[in-house]
Amino acid sequence: MPADSPADSRTHASAPTSPAVSVSGWGRTAPTTAWLVRPRTHEEAAAAVRECGERGAIARGLGRAYGDAAQNAGGAVFDMTGLDRIRVIDTTRTSDTGAPAATVVCDAGVSLHHLMEVLLPLGWFVPVTPGTRYVTVGGAIGADIHGKNHHVSGSFSRHVLAMDVLTADGTVRTVEPGSALFDATAGGMGLTGVILSATVQLLPVETSLMAVDTERAADLDDLMARLTATDHRYRYSVAWIDLLARGAAMGRSVLTRGDHAPLDALPERARARRAPLAFRPGQLPAAPSFLPEGLLGKASVGLFNELWYRKAPRSRTGELQKISTFFHPLDGVPHWNRIYGRSGFVQYQFVVGYGKEEALRHIVRRISERGCPSFLAVLKRFGEGDPGWLSFPMPGWTLALDIPANLPGLGVFLDELDEEVAGADGRVYLAKDSRLRPEMLTAMYPRLDDFRALRAELDPRGVFRSDLSRRLAL
Amino acid sequence: MKDAFGTPQSLLVLGGTSEIGLATARRLVARRTRTVWLAGRPSPALEKAAAGLRDMGADVKTVAFDALDPESHEESLGKIFTEGDIDMVLLAFGVLGDQARDEDEPLAAVRVAQTNYTGAVSAGLVCARALQSQGHGSLVVLSSVAGERARRSNFIYGSSKAGLDAFAQGLGDALHGTGVHVMVVRPGFVRSKMTAGLEEAPMATTPDAVAAAIETGLRRRSETVWVPGALRLVMSALRHAPRPVFRRLPL
Repeated sequence: MPADSPADSRTHASAPTSPAVSVSGWGRTAPTTAWLVRPRTHEEAAAAVRECGERGAIARGLGRAYGDAAQNAGGAVFDMTGLDRIRVIDTTRTSDTGAPAATVVCDAGVSLHHLMEVLLPLGWFVPVTPGTRYVTVGGAIGADIHGKNHHVSGSFSRHVLAMDVLTADGTVRTVEPGSALFDATAGGMGLTGVILSATVQLLPVETSLMAVDTERAADLDDLMARLTATDHRYRYSVAWIDLLARGAAMGRSVLTRGDHAPLDALPERARARRAPLAFRPGQLPAAPSFLPEGLLGKASVGLFNELWYRKAPRSRTGELQKISTFFHPLDGVPHWNRIYGRSGFVQYQFVVGYGKEEALRHIVRRISERGCPSFLAVLKRFGEGDPGWLSFPMPGWTLALDIPANLPGLGVFLDELDEEVAGADGRVYLAKDSRLRPEMLTAMYPRLDDFRALRAELDPRGVFRSDLSRRLAL
Repeated sequence: MKDAFGTPQSLLVLGGTSEIGLATARRLVARRTRTVWLAGRPSPALEKAAAGLRDMGADVKTVAFDALDPESHEESLGKIFTEGDIDMVLLAFGVLGDQARDEDEPLAAVRVAQTNYTGAVSAGLVCARALQSQGHGSLVVLSSVAGERARRSNFIYGSSKAGLDAFAQGLGDALHGTGVHVMVVRPGFVRSKMTAGLEEAPMATTPDAVAAAIETGLRRRSETVWVPGALRLVMSALRHAPRPVFRRLPL
């Protein structure tokens, strides 16, 4: 077939372009084809924006967004991992309270994994990490990611002191918190421009180990009561929840909570004492590239959940765990998303505010009664919301679950859950979305109109576009 | 854009009065589809079909399209794609013809072939190229079990569908890796106005069942869909039946 694409008539004097490639999100649903451009400098990125053609461009990091946020069918996708320099690590600062503080200035394509490799031996940690280290700083800002410490620390962009954003006119703007462009870009899914670099505040740590408390909760009410009463005592807090458990056991879960272990928490003669800040995440072999469908059915997930719940200690305190074990257990299996087979999976994450616990209970009951095989269901409490116009977190309860996309009737079921979430003034997370109806968006994101207005002003031709933005008319 | 389950937001039906086409459109409009283009020869039936979908809340436009005039396809179909992305094209036009008459009137037989095959080749290629430059989309082609092996009772129709089927399969291979998904749908005997008055074949199905199978096929990104699914086995057996035996089967 002769290709009749805008890309054919373009010149690529600056940034190297590959032929059209198929691009999908981490959930591997709805792949589309785009022209991949890999800028290595800020100038190459600016040239790529000027030359991106009529179907526009979107920046992409390590492709960990579950849905279609970093795809741009028929247009350009900027692979930002070529911009991967750590420029300045400034450890001379002190915070307002007098405690030591530090910042790092780095390119947007630097991964949190790389930051940990470099910063941990110096005694610093990233302010916020999601369930994977393989996200870039640009992606972390674009999705305004949150971690297990949201109730204490807020989302990633709260720790960003400044960033350079390349806008549609090809200029680079340095933006600081409090400005409209900053608040539209934090959580803006890359649609305001290309984040080129950022200055990020760091967290001091004495060791690279976590002191972890584990306990079991017998059901959903027990879990919510425990989290409400004691969450404030922990920097990091999360609950794994068994969504296949029904009846009296509905919502049974395992809470894991903790903080960075201080040096004196390590036993005197432990090997870790000799190199308390070593960062050595282990890695298992990658999941094979072809796995049959339906590996994660109700029976296998049910068995897994049963074992997972039973193996967890009823209560254990002060266990030392590696950072990778505590934060990123799945990073140990590269390409774990393949276990869902060819049709991939969807992740559903929503938040409902405090006071809307009845909606949360109802949704959990519906999921467990329907028997959605989800073995990665996670419940946590969010703290204060963040200023990003399309930032996901708001004070309340957030539940995230993975479901195989080939489950019959799943689309209709999730649409019904959306109604309940929106009815409780909650929202779903755009970085994980691949199926929301556009009509739901205004109810979920009240500042959407401001976002659209700013985009119309900064990017009248619609240079920055993604499959997500087309699907939801962002 | 399509969602994670392959459900399109915009749909173009070639053969806008086709019962299977409209049953599919209704099913998709009840889910995500908000924009529908019905392409067909201008007629009250086409307008009525559009009105029916509008009542369901879709934004429906009709466009003049004649399968027998391939020279107009570039223009008539091309302009649809300039107004926005099309997530799914359903190639649903086709005529059954009248086997007895068509055997006597070669020109009538040629018209069946031109509609079902030649018209589909040109319309299919025009749409495929537009989908390819979008970088996404599904082209769903309504073939038929009749194309799987020509039978005495309707070999003119069957041979045109055989050509269409082979064309669509090859197109699917050509477009593999471009983000465009081509799906060949092979229904058995469908109870519709096209088959009104004909003697019903075993395993007869309905336009709604075909529509449901199309939706499932989109979710699975299937390349071939049989309706009903058991026909895959039946036709596999028939395809390999020796001709002296096949000739004598009551088909």
